[in-house]
Formats: sequence, C-alpha cells, structure tokens
Amino acid sequence: MKAHQRKLDIKHGCVDLSHGSGGRAMAQLISGLFHESFGNEWLARGNDQSAFDVGAGRMVMTTDAYVVSPLFFPGGNIGSLAVHGTVNDIAMAGALPLYLSASFIIEEGFRFSDLKTIADSMGQAAQSAGVHIITGDTKVVEHGKADGLFISTAGVGLVPEGFDLSAENARVGDRVLISGTLGDHGVAIMSKRQNLAFETEIVSDSVALHDLVARMVAAGGCGIRLMRDPTRGGLAATLNEIAQQSELGFSLQQEAIPVKPGVAAACELLGLDPLNVANEGKLLAIVSPDLAGAVLAAMRAHPLGRDAADIGEAVPDDHHFVQMATSFGGARIVDWLSGEQLPRIC
Amino acid sequence: MKYADEFRDKAIGLGLARAIRSEADPQRPYRFMEFCGGHTHAISRYGLEDMLPKNVRMIHGPGCPVCVLPAGRIDMAIQLAERPEVILCVYGDLMRVPGSQGASLLKAKARGADVRMVYSTVDAIRIAEENPEHEVVFFAIGFETTTPPTAVMIRRAQKKQIENFSVFCNHVLTPPAMQKILESPDIRSVGRAEIDGFVGPAHVSIIIGTEPYEVFAEEFGKSVVISGFEPLDMMQAILMLVRQVNEHRSEVENQYSRAVMRDGNRRAQAEVSDIFELRDAFEWRGLGFVPHSGLKLKQTYARFDAEICFAMSELRVADNPACECGAILRGVKKPVDCELFGMVCTPETPMGSCMVSSEGACAAHWTYGRFRDSQQKRAS
Repeated sequence: MKAHQRKLDIKHGCVDLSHGSGGRAMAQLISGLFHESFGNEWLARGNDQSAFDVGAGRMVMTTDAYVVSPLFFPGGNIGSLAVHGTVNDIAMAGALPLYLSASFIIEEGFRFSDLKTIADSMGQAAQSAGVHIITGDTKVVEHGKADGLFISTAGVGLVPEGFDLSAENARVGDRVLISGTLGDHGVAIMSKRQNLAFETEIVSDSVALHDLVARMVAAGGCGIRLMRDPTRGGLAATLNEIAQQSELGFSLQQEAIPVKPGVAAACELLGLDPLNVANEGKLLAIVSPDLAGAVLAAMRAHPLGRDAADIGEAVPDDHHFVQMATSFGGARIVDWLSGEQLPRIC
Repeated sequence: MKYADEFRDKAIGLGLARAIRSEADPQRPYRFMEFCGGHTHAISRYGLEDMLPKNVRMIHGPGCPVCVLPAGRIDMAIQLAERPEVILCVYGDLMRVPGSQGASLLKAKARGADVRMVYSTVDAIRIAEENPEHEVVFFAIGFETTTPPTAVMIRRAQKKQIENFSVFCNHVLTPPAMQKILESPDIRSVGRAEIDGFVGPAHVSIIIGTEPYEVFAEEFGKSVVISGFEPLDMMQAILMLVRQVNEHRSEVENQYSRAVMRDGNRRAQAEVSDIFELRDAFEWRGLGFVPHSGLKLKQTYARFDAEICFAMSELRVADNPACECGAILRGVKKPVDCELFGMVCTPETPMGSCMVSSEGACAAHWTYGRFRDSQQKRAS
C-alpha cells in the first residue's frame, strides 16, 4: 500500500531538519520543489548523477558558491545569480555552456515559498541561458548555522575548435573593452543591506553573457586574447589579476569607463570606488588592436553590450601596474582593494 | 552628478593648473600641508600632484582620525568587545585598524566578539533598543565633524532613558595637532617640518568656523586656506596659498565659502561643549601625546562614558621603532623614505599610522601614486 504523504505547503511551510535527512521528506522536497522548477529529462531519471553526451573538442568546467546577503535584491536573487555566475565563468572561455549542478545548504526554518521563488528563477535563468541543471544536492543545517541559504553550482561547457583564451595571450597594444556600466550589481545589493538601505533605481546587472560572447567570438575570433567577468573586486581586481598573469601593465582612460550616474552617486555617498564594486553581468575583453573595432561594434549591436566601451590598452610595465588618466587631468594607479571595501568615517 | 560634477570640471581644473604654474615662482619651493586625510585622498584619487609644478609640493599631514588612533585604544576596544555582555558598534574603516601584535576588531569579530559595523550614530541607538539584555557601546571617533552627532546621540539616549548604552570616546581636535606639528618639540628626533601654509579641512570648519585657525596665521606666520574636498576646491585653494606666499601674506582665507563661516555652527558647538570637555592630553599615533587635543564626556554624563562604566584602563603600545610615520606626517620625510614602506608595511599589513586607513599618507601613495616612484627611478 502506498503511504499517504501530505503535499508540501509551499505557501505557509518551511524547511526543517527532516528535509535534509535523506528520508521521505527530503525526496518530497526534491521532487515537489526542485524538480518542478528545474524539470528536465536528466533530473527526471532520479539518479545520483547524470550522464550526458560530450561533443567534439575541449570541455571547460567551473564551480562557484553563492552566499549573497540579502538573498533577494533589485534585479534578481541568489538563485538566478547562481546560474548566471557559473554560466558566465564558462562563457568567459569563449565556450558554450551546457550543463549545471546545484547544491543547496538550507537553514532550518527557511520558507518553502522563498525557496520556490529562488528555484523557479534558477529554472528560468537556466532555460534562457540554454543550459540544464542535471544534478544536485540538498543539505539542511540547524538554525543559525547558515545565513538562510547557500547555493553552490558547477558547470561544464564546450570550447570551439582552435579557441584558447588566456591572460598569457595578451600583448602590448591590445585594447581593453568593457561590455557596459560598472558597479550596478554591487550598489543594488548594498541598497538592500539591513543597515544601509537607501533609495535607488539601480538594479543588479546579473545576466548570462554567453550569447554576447558568441557574437564577440564571431566578430573577433582569435583576436580576442582573453575575457573575464569582473565580479567581486570589480574592474580593478580583474585587470590587476590579468596584469600579473600577462606580465603587462594597463593604461586606462577614466572618461571612457561607463558608470551610471546613480551608481556614481551611491559610491560617492559611501566613499566607495565603482572600479572596486562587483558586477554580475559585465565582461572585460582584451582584444588585438586590429580587431578591437569589430569586436566593439559587435558588442554594441547586442542588447547586453549597448554601453560597451574601449577603455584603454595594454602597455609594457615591469611593475604590472594598472594606471589611469583621471577625468580631471591627473594620473593614478587603479589598485587591488585592500581587504573589504569599507565606508569611510568622514 | 549634481553638486559633484560641477567641481570636477577638467577644463576649469586645467585652467587653475596653468594659473598655479604661471604664478608660482620657479626659484622658490612652496610646501603646503593638507592636514586632512580627505584632502590626501582627493589629491591621490584625482592625480592632482601631476598637475602641479615640481616646486609646489603637497605634504600629507596626520589628519585621518582612523590613522591617528593609537594601537592602545584599539586594544582597549578589543578588550571591551570581548566581554560577553557587550555589543560594540563601530564605523566600518575602524574594523581593520591594527592594535598591538596584529590584533584588530575584524579579527576579534571572527573569534566571536559581537562587533557591529554601523553607518551612523542612529544605528547604535537602535541596536541598544533592540538588545536590552546587552550593553551596547558606540566606538566614537573623528574630528570636530563627527563629534556633534555623538553629542546628539548621547542626549537622545538620555531623553529616551536607554540604560544599556554608552560611548567609548576617541574624538580629537585639529588645531592642537597642527600646533604640535609646527612646534615640533621632538625636532631632534624627526626634524622640523618646512611648511609655508596649510590647506584647512572644510568639514571641520563647517562646525568650528575659520576663527580657530587664525592663530596659525597670526602667531606662526603660516598661510591657511580652508578648502573643500573636490578637485577644483583643492586646486583653487592651492592657487590661493601660492598667492599668499608670493604676496608675503599669512592669513586665513576661506575657499569653501559655500558652507563655512568664520564662527562656524554655533548650535553644534554648544551641543558639543555641553556634553564633552577637554582631556589634559590625548595620544596620537605618530605624534605622541598632544595637550588638550582630545575630548571626554563631562562628569554629568558619566553614566554614558564606557571608560567609566566598564572601568577601562588606559593601554599604551609603543609604535614600531623603524616606522617613520612621525617624520612623514610632519612633512620631514616622504613615504618612500621609510624602509618599511611597501616591504613589511602595506595596506594589507599596516605597521604605522600613515598606512592604517586609505586616507593616510603612505596608504594613499601606495594605492594611487606608487607608479611615480618607478617613473622617477627610470628618469634618474
């Protein structure tokens, strides 16, 4: 006789320790909530893993953990972010993202309704990015041992034949292209932090960039030396990392770097530098000078690259400094952030 | 950006740079100290040094309240935060300031101390109201600019009869520190600063006015221009200082006339003097003990004074003897003259006051300006 089991009360219920115990409650959570949101043929088989076809050529694999606070922010939530972030890490290799895994660490007491919203937005984000979430894991921890919900995703993708993006490819004279305005995601998150709420219309730029990348690859081919998404640490950290790896310096023009007025104003208020603030839907490309114009035009023709700009060039520099001509007429270094970016007293 | 872009206009800035170049006498040096760390930060962030002629040199003074807080006071705050009943509320940039032996509030928090980053004094009061079972202490720090909000908060706590709230007071005053720099009693050890004038901190003068700086013009013969923090403010203030020097004038001039008056904000001053009184002396990182340079709560408000409530004892920690901060923030030496700079002393591992916050002279040079050192080395 089949045991009767009450349906998940998504509207009023919440996660408890039984949902991570490996028993019937956990199976019910997975099938009644996650499978509903992610539904695809691989998950439907119910195995502990999923087998998938491997295309010709090289695969890329990446993994990332998401611990964002707050979980819901203007323009997205931790779920869509977890998909976009991993899809973008794959796309930055110039690769086509294919499959994702997703692990959830849930604090007991977390509402089913919030979990459903998050899972649904993961499903939607995966669908629009053309990837499938084909395996996953669920753990429930006691109250106070997680900040509501942590998600970890891994992903695999396929790199086009003959394509190998790497910082070592960068050469003196290469152009630095950015796909749009900086700091939107970081400011959107900060505007909702518990003790820092301020009114702004800035929404997170969290989005999957694989399609923009495909257009760029079509326009620039191997003229694209490397791509990175400037997430935590912002443009400053990403360019300094590339400078170290490529053993070059970079020279930027502040006037060319796009920043929304609302982001600039929020950063001004908090004493932060938009160049250090996180992005989740922007990419930085180092492109050979002869193809930079074509790649930039392709970026601007795509909705996600409308505000793309050529912001500087690679220069010889034994110290691997990232320098910037300021919009006021002086010069300065754009350095790594020291520790966490903290608001100043006065 | 309204009220910001207007003061960052490149064409006007280049015009001011041309004026400074044409009016500064190439035969003589001009040495101006910007006392305030906010000015140091602006100079570095906008690359203003590149726009000045070589003989006009900006000396980065001690004026960052985070930088000048001695390690002993950080140790005291850590001890306080480690008490199980205490929630310590601090401004963000204090979290990383090193105490003795590399300790910091950030590390204390990681070990379990309840340290909370706040953005205003109002947050600290709210936390006290929400946590009646805890003792909430606000780590008050800053120059004359941030003292009135602390005073207002203490009055509010008194009015609302909040019993579980107190203040660890570290408010300091700018004029006594400027006087200490000029009188330089430790001239034998660090040398005398050669300073022709000061760029005075506008935010401080919004509260105290320009009058307290007149002594530096009249008694010490130094030019003073109270300046705002935008790059055009700074360039105009430097031009005003160059003109004073050229005309052998030593006066207090007000570049930031859009907000600063000679008498300042009388209401804020009254609020502060009602609640605070001068300490006999207060220790500054890099400057040592400076007479009458710090504030404490008056006896009437003793029940809000964390040092009394928790019977805190003063801790003193000697600065690293190899550290040249004392000479750097007097303008006697530059950051690169210190053998610790960029070696063991970086923003990640600050050894001395000038590296502690992003507004310190060494941190600003490291973060924004160190490419000039390699350019100079190449040129020589």
